[in-house]
Amino acid sequence: MNIPMLVGAGLVVIGAGIGLGKIGGSAMNAIARQPEAAGKIQTAMIIIAALLEGLAFAALILGKA
Amino acid sequence: MVIFKNRLRLLSLFCTLLAVLTVQAQSVNDSIASTETPVVATTTEEVEHHENHEEGGNKITAFIEHHLQDSHDFTFFSDEATGKHYGFSLPIILWDNGLKVFSSSKFHHGETVAGVDGNYYKLYHGKIYKTDAEGTITYDDHHHPTNAKPLDFSITKNVVSMLLVSIMLLFMFTSLAKSYKRGPIPTGFGRILEPLIIFIRDEVAIPNIGEKKYRKYMGYLLTVFFFIWLLNLLGMTPLGINVTGNIAITVCLALFTYVITQFSANKDYWGHIFWMPGVPVPMKIILAPIELLGTLTKPFALLVRLYANITAGHVVIMSLIAMIFVGKNLAADLPISLALTLFISVIELLVAFLQAFIFTMLSSLFIGMAVQDHHHEEHH
Repeated sequence: MNIPMLVGAGLVVIGAGIGLGKIGGSAMNAIARQPEAAGKIQTAMIIIAALLEGLAFAALILGKA
Repeated sequence: MVIFKNRLRLLSLFCTLLAVLTVQAQSVNDSIASTETPVVATTTEEVEHHENHEEGGNKITAFIEHHLQDSHDFTFFSDEATGKHYGFSLPIILWDNGLKVFSSSKFHHGETVAGVDGNYYKLYHGKIYKTDAEGTITYDDHHHPTNAKPLDFSITKNVVSMLLVSIMLLFMFTSLAKSYKRGPIPTGFGRILEPLIIFIRDEVAIPNIGEKKYRKYMGYLLTVFFFIWLLNLLGMTPLGINVTGNIAITVCLALFTYVITQFSANKDYWGHIFWMPGVPVPMKIILAPIELLGTLTKPFALLVRLYANITAGHVVIMSLIAMIFVGKNLAADLPISLALTLFISVIELLVAFLQAFIFTMLSSLFIGMAVQDHHHEEHH
């Protein structure tokens, strides 16, 4: 087992988790404040989540190679 | 609703291009696969001990890895006891001092050497190598084969899947376009397609690219959306198709977005890259290489996201199914495994749509960034 790689993967996932949690939490707040803008907020949330996910996956794949 | 007729031509053009380019992208996949370091155990005893201990686990890992790779034949399932494979063989097209076309059944799933016009080829870990009549493969220090590799333009499993999806897309959208001739309301399957097309137009293309310029890019966005979505959904079937989880294909798709973005970019876009307005001159010089690199990281993130998401989904589903075989108590493992597989499969249905949507969304976002007019610059 490649211990440093596994630790790195864990760190990446922790970082991505914090980021996703912040995005989701802020989106929930925003929707609670302005329920009529829920659609727009959701789209923006998904885009930012996707960008973050891309970074996390890039780190995981570069770590594997 | 005339717009759909013109888009159709673009759609078919892109489908053909995708299929052709992906064949060539296989060489990219080859080089990526060859850089993967093989698992090297320190001593042979350790290997044997490991194999005895985790033989079932190793077999499952090998099976999953085999599934994730492209292959030269379409195997639905194999009978291990008799060594028989159920499926069909696909054409092999090689360029090796002339065109060589033969059926992949000649390889007998990598067990035998295929002889064509005095040349001999052998399948080794999914790659075709040129060998002598006995099929000897020589290795270098890193256990990579040193045999010559002929140019491989074969119709592989992935290419077959993509051709299938392209034909499905052509059929679906031709019938939809035809139905608009009879009246404004589509009939049959078009009733499902129309809301999706309107969704891509109103929620993805127009907000990101802009009311004036979005039309030119609708053909690409719709094609890429339905292409990825259908392939993701096909990957959920037990046919063993894994196309969007193959990095060569996602590289190809991201390359399309990259090329379209760069070629439709206006002078504002290039101005923001090479000579950022509104910042001091030393900062402009520092920012130029960073911004230039930024144009490359965008499609890179795009390709890695799709590839990693679909690969991860396939691995998770197959691992959960494999729980049936590693556990000792079948009666207890079967319901747990089936329940978890069902749960993840439903999530993967969402992911299949979401990844196609995200790819389309970000493509249109990048195109929109390249074509938009920067009115705010006057205020600086």
